[in-house]
Amino acid sequence: MIVETGHYALVLALALALVNSVLPIWGSVTGDRRLMAVAPSVALMGFGLVAYAFFALTYAHVASDFSLANVVENSHSAKPLIYKISGVWGNHEGSMLLWVLVLALFAAAVALFSSSMPDDLRANVLAVQSWIASAFLLFILLTSNPFARLANAPAEGNDLNPLLQDPGLAIHPPLLYLGYVGLSITYSFAAAALISGRIDAVFARFVRPWTLLAWICLTLGIAMGSYWAYYTLGWGGFWFWDPVENASLMPWLAATALLHCTAVMEKREALKIWTIFLAILAFSLSLIGTFLVRSGVLTSVHAFASDPQRGIFILLILVVFIGGSLALFAWRAGGLKQGGLFAPVSREGALVLNNLLLTTCCATVFIGTLYPLALEALTGEKISVGPPFFNLTFAPLFAPLFVLMPIGQNLAWKRGDFFGAAQRLIVAIGAGLIAMLALAAWRGGPVVSVVLSGLAIYVIVGSFADLGRRLFVGGGATAIMGAGQRALRLPRQAFGTAFAHAGLGVTLLGLAATGWGAEKITALRPGDEVEIGPYQLTFESVQPRAGPNFAERIGRTAIRSSGVLIATIEPSTRFYPARKMNRSEAGIATIGLGQVYMSIADVAANGSVNARVFWKPLVSLIWIGALIMAFGGCLSLSDRGFRIGVARRAAKAAASSPQPAE
Amino acid sequence: MNFPCGRAFAAVAFFGLVLLAPRMAMAVQPDEIMADANLEARARHLSAELRCMVCQNESIDDSNAELARDLRILVRERLQAGDSDEAIRAFLIQRYGDFILLRPPFKATTWLLWGAPFLVLVVGAAGVILAARRRRTRFEDARILTDSERAKLKTLLEEEGS
Repeated sequence: MIVETGHYALVLALALALVNSVLPIWGSVTGDRRLMAVAPSVALMGFGLVAYAFFALTYAHVASDFSLANVVENSHSAKPLIYKISGVWGNHEGSMLLWVLVLALFAAAVALFSSSMPDDLRANVLAVQSWIASAFLLFILLTSNPFARLANAPAEGNDLNPLLQDPGLAIHPPLLYLGYVGLSITYSFAAAALISGRIDAVFARFVRPWTLLAWICLTLGIAMGSYWAYYTLGWGGFWFWDPVENASLMPWLAATALLHCTAVMEKREALKIWTIFLAILAFSLSLIGTFLVRSGVLTSVHAFASDPQRGIFILLILVVFIGGSLALFAWRAGGLKQGGLFAPVSREGALVLNNLLLTTCCATVFIGTLYPLALEALTGEKISVGPPFFNLTFAPLFAPLFVLMPIGQNLAWKRGDFFGAAQRLIVAIGAGLIAMLALAAWRGGPVVSVVLSGLAIYVIVGSFADLGRRLFVGGGATAIMGAGQRALRLPRQAFGTAFAHAGLGVTLLGLAATGWGAEKITALRPGDEVEIGPYQLTFESVQPRAGPNFAERIGRTAIRSSGVLIATIEPSTRFYPARKMNRSEAGIATIGLGQVYMSIADVAANGSVNARVFWKPLVSLIWIGALIMAFGGCLSLSDRGFRIGVARRAAKAAASSPQPAE
Repeated sequence: MNFPCGRAFAAVAFFGLVLLAPRMAMAVQPDEIMADANLEARARHLSAELRCMVCQNESIDDSNAELARDLRILVRERLQAGDSDEAIRAFLIQRYGDFILLRPPFKATTWLLWGAPFLVLVVGAAGVILAARRRRTRFEDARILTDSERAKLKTLLEEEGS
């Protein structure tokens, strides 16, 4: 019964989304306030209904209701509760429902927290959001119904794919979707602004917190997915330039660019057209990612052609929304007034360069991902575009960003002084060079690692240069005494920027250090010893162990440093009887910032176990850096300048300032 | 049933997309490793850029598939026989086509792919420079005072001075 009400709620949500697609816009065009006021309440109701549908599906999964096709295909009565819940979005239908839930959540958030927005802007934003919701609700109801019943319910389900039975699944997709789909808000804002034709600093202020929120979630989601792949895959890789990963990286790059140019638009009213374009682009890339992943086109062009229903539907959504918004853009952008002026060497100039490089990176990933598909569709020729291509093209484009990042932060708005900025960074440059020399003398190793580590240190120190200069004015004890007080008065956004930039530097350091890692592939018997990096490993025993819905064989291994036991790891191979599938679970010991990583295969006939052992110095910095970036984002988000109240005051000020009579 | 392909996992991890492929072993296995460390390093380098034909976008170095193992052994046999990296690659292309190369070759149908990043950067930079030039003229205009402004300034300064 609950299942049917869930299905019904989804149909109702579609009806409401359709209502909200029309009435608010109608209201804003005719200036009817009552029609515009419909939008927030309908958005909230829509969210309630989608949330209820999601709850109904979760209920069916938790209760192991095997009369539902979706539950049979993805669940098992013996599965632990957490995976019964996360299994809801571990499949196509459920993940699309989560997609729509996040969409509705953001609409509801706008309805609740943007009472200060001009009525017509809010009405238009929610209407555009409803267009997207209508399209995807229709998609779910017509092609991917999670509530489909089976005529003959089996007694047991097929279980969730073992690879997905991991805490990673509980956290990663929701986070990623919050970021991915959260960008829909920036899209709706851009479309609404284009419809109303009012694009100014106030618009940038309203759109910035939402972009930042989506960006934080996207950053965490990608980092989380990368760590999940790292510890479950078994060979220590963390980024593969897989099309599916690229699909999440592209919106991140676009959102990062957007975040930086909304700063320019808010402070200086410049780059308006570009900001709007990026806002459209970011969500368009999310849509393209959804299409790539959901249509099966990635598996092969032929798989797509043989079962095209879902793919065609998403492709249609894609064409309508991207094409529609770009047409709107082309129609309106020409009429935009040019904004604030600035010299090439200035904060704005640096941010333009940032945007140029980030967009080029994004375009590179886009072309690299889609080129093989296009080539095969057009000529039938099959090529592969893999990690070597992306490493060769992406790295040289991204590296200048690291060099420029601290410089840009130290340039003044409007007209900057390049040499002055470089002078302020003297400490950072020095630290980077010293780090490079010290590492070259002490560790040696690959030149790339040494250079990138130096660059990373420069970025980390340089990120705080501007902050340090503003805090420690003057010299001696008084400067330090005053710093605390000044820190309280500085906008938190300044700290946020510093931390986010430093976080990227920390990630770079982790990446650079992979060059100093060690790897051993060897066959082990209980009692065998392996040297890896500075540590000695003793493979103690292989034991069977029973899990809740799997059986595993663990290879207990002790890690010693000059004879002293530091940690014990238990890499294992697991067998899941319900799906008759194996998966390996790496044994990882974090020592300092580095990790000893070990994965094992099944026991061979002669009693030995094939093992892969890694020492990865500083590897945890890759993800710690992402956490620091997100932390910086949260600091900025908590800045008073980002709060709606300030936007409200700005809007009031704009409204009360003399306007030419119409 | 097992996951031979890590890439398949990445797909699962990122979007719950499930790509299945048969059987299991574990990427490079101890019995494959060559005695000569230099040759082994070349083998690893070569196989990291060769696509596993069973898996999605995964190198044979990372793949658990049986075919990948066969290819890894083939690469090592050829190296042992004294073939150059180029000769091994050419042999594999002849057998499997360009599809096996994770680093696409530079040729008529791929120059656009390889040139794209550069093209985008150049076109983007040209756009930025054009916009900057337009902005600069406005910027300079904004800095130059008109005659009336100059006169006004002069009177203001004189008032100040007197």
